[in-house]
Amino acid sequence: MSDLRLSGISASHPRTPVLHDVDLSVASGSTTAVLGPSGCGKTTLLRVVAGFMRPDAGEVHIGSDLVAGGGTWVPPEKRGFGYVAQEGNLFPHLTVAANITYGLPRRDRKDSARVAELLELVGLPGDHAGRRPDQLSGGQQQRVALARALARRPRVVLLDEPFSALDPELRVATRDAVAAALAAEKATVVLVTHDQAEALSFADQVAIMHEGRITQAGAPVEVYRAPTDRRSAVSLGEACFLAGRTGDGVVTCALGSLPVRGASGERDVDLLIRPEQLHLGVDGGAGCPAQVTRTEFFGHDALVELRLDGVDGALLRARTIGPLTPPVGSRVSVTVDGEPHLIDR
Amino acid sequence: MLRGAAVLVAALCLLPLVVVAAKALESGPAEAAELLWRPRVGELLRNTVALVVLTGTLSAVLGVGAAWLVERTALPGAGFWRVAFVAPLAVPAFVNSFAWSALVPGFEGLGGAVIVTTLSYFPFVFLPVAALLRSTDPGLEEAARSLGLGPWRTAARVGTAQVRPALLGGLLLVALHLLAEFGALEMLRFPTFTTAILDQYEVAFDSRSGSVLALALMVLAVTVLTLEMLARGRTRHARVGGGAARRPPRARLGRGLPLALASVTALAVLALGVPAWSIGTWLTRTDQAYESIDLGPAVGSTVVLGLAAALVTTLATFPAAWLVARSRSRLAVVLERVTYLASSLPGVVVALALIALAIGFVRPLYQTAPVLVLAYVILFIPRAMVTTRAAIAAVPPELSDAARALGDGPARTFLRVQLPLMLRGTLAGAALVFIAVSTELTATLLLAPTGTETLATAFWSASSSLDYAAAAPYAAALVVLSAPLTWLLLRSSHEEPSR
Repeated sequence: MSDLRLSGISASHPRTPVLHDVDLSVASGSTTAVLGPSGCGKTTLLRVVAGFMRPDAGEVHIGSDLVAGGGTWVPPEKRGFGYVAQEGNLFPHLTVAANITYGLPRRDRKDSARVAELLELVGLPGDHAGRRPDQLSGGQQQRVALARALARRPRVVLLDEPFSALDPELRVATRDAVAAALAAEKATVVLVTHDQAEALSFADQVAIMHEGRITQAGAPVEVYRAPTDRRSAVSLGEACFLAGRTGDGVVTCALGSLPVRGASGERDVDLLIRPEQLHLGVDGGAGCPAQVTRTEFFGHDALVELRLDGVDGALLRARTIGPLTPPVGSRVSVTVDGEPHLIDR
Repeated sequence: MLRGAAVLVAALCLLPLVVVAAKALESGPAEAAELLWRPRVGELLRNTVALVVLTGTLSAVLGVGAAWLVERTALPGAGFWRVAFVAPLAVPAFVNSFAWSALVPGFEGLGGAVIVTTLSYFPFVFLPVAALLRSTDPGLEEAARSLGLGPWRTAARVGTAQVRPALLGGLLLVALHLLAEFGALEMLRFPTFTTAILDQYEVAFDSRSGSVLALALMVLAVTVLTLEMLARGRTRHARVGGGAARRPPRARLGRGLPLALASVTALAVLALGVPAWSIGTWLTRTDQAYESIDLGPAVGSTVVLGLAAALVTTLATFPAAWLVARSRSRLAVVLERVTYLASSLPGVVVALALIALAIGFVRPLYQTAPVLVLAYVILFIPRAMVTTRAAIAAVPPELSDAARALGDGPARTFLRVQLPLMLRGTLAGAALVFIAVSTELTATLLLAPTGTETLATAFWSASSSLDYAAAAPYAAALVVLSAPLTWLLLRSSHEEPSR
């Protein structure tokens, strides 16, 4: 396994620039998720790493090898990466076993022990080796695609939205199986996805991409707690923003004066408060009084929209345990658990 | 390289057009006009136009009517009728005319020609219209009903608009086949441009007045193509939006059922029963033929020529089909269209052009198999083009990404992934070409090496000398050879309902 380094990558489709000066490093044996909405350029980034597309500028290193940039161009088949795409792209005319051994030297293609080993690695029964791709479910196809990619012991594994075409239930099971297989191989992985839960749960590092730029990269807990801007905050999950003013270690806002790290000087800021940070108590208890204006019930939990009493009547959203959701129109008092995160305007 | 090859193929296909025009205008436009401005040419023109108009109208009525009954009503046995109304295409028109005149003495002239050609060619309308009626989402019709239109006005305003492109496409094929038809019309003594050109050539070996007639015929073909394009217009009838397509509902026939059943039965009897009965009857009298019959040599040369033409044609489609399926660049589309244009020329025009070329430039090739195969390629390239293009388009480009990621270079990717996946569709196209070649009469009569007889030409010489008993075995062999066509056409109409 090797690390992967991108520096200053710019790329464009005919006449439309897609990537602007992208830097990203993925440590050997770690997993990085590139998270962004569709059209942000994340798939293009993966295709540049793979060599399916030439960057206009910048360099790609896999381990100590320069594979693109500075006049060097290594074609995809010589780069030694594994690749799993959204639809799996199994060869429809070949059996599962022939798909898995496709990339192996000819003398190794008959090695049924290796096929069995790889099927086991991705959590599929060994008797699937003789099946055709159209006899497999979507999740099974993705597992075979991963086994095929891992068969050559690639230096880096690239996953392009590999779970997004699957049903929700299958998605979680497949994701777990893939994560386990990749961990067992100690693979260096880049996952591209638009699903924030997938990115946060799957990866050691999350890189947030927007309009062809990586705006932030870091550990999942860190980027979720402390995004650098409002857009990143929203792309990682439900978020409320309260306007406030800093002063002496606190930020004064509609919820009162809250202690916040980095609140020095006097300036206007936004406070990021995640819905699960808001705690709803009985009317008249500690905290700010508010009225429930709307609820969205999901079962295990619910989102409650609140209007704070007061002049500006700021709107907040709180996450409650599903069955304990207060009815619309009822009155509650709101307190904040944990520290809000300060975002400069 | 791919582009160069595609340009070369397109140029080859355009060659006959250029040669015929050049030959006709060789001694100046004045003389050409003089050759053209004769009462005889006027008669040919009247005949040709009358045939196209009458057969076209009848084919439209029968084709659309049958398609509606089979696909949109509760007519029992829809699957059977669907096959029965495509199967007439497996009986070459000249075999059909033989069947009718062998059964009905004195069956000839405009009436006979219209009956035979209609029964032979109405499936060209039936096939695309039925495919369209089967596949169109009833959503549009339901929307019309919800907007206050009754069932008849819905059919008039929505139904006709939906069916129109398929009907026009079918009529185009009918018209082009009528312009090119030689055998059936010659046998029924109904002279058109094509039969006149061949007579001229065989009697007088007069290539210049033949070329002038060929030029006129070419102009007619291009006129038909243009008319179809204008009528089709720029409208598109794509399905907008997602959601699963549903099967349209079937209308109940109620008391009309006996009438409907009687009509489809009558049509099937006329289109299939008559030739089957007639050929069958004469087959039982084959031992009364003037000479003993050995099908062997004719079958042998037919198969060899068919296979050679199928192979070369399929290879020739590859560059343009690949470019169109993968890039849809303007050049690629133009190149593909050019091959269609050239092949809509009647076989006799292509044959005359190649004869002129061979005699003028490569004398040793005159009346040899390579020139004949070249004519087949030019005539039948669209049949393979459509299927090859679809086969290439059906291989997702992502699969080659996957193969590259697994360590294969472009060449090995082609051999291990794309070629195996395309093979089946490509073979279907090759089979269509093989069938077309094995029943081709006009160009084969003109270009076949001396002494080489195919099933079609052997049948032709027997039936021309009114030896029905000797012709019957060849007719039966031609029908057997074409029978898989029914299946191939039905299959492709399921896959690609819009064409």
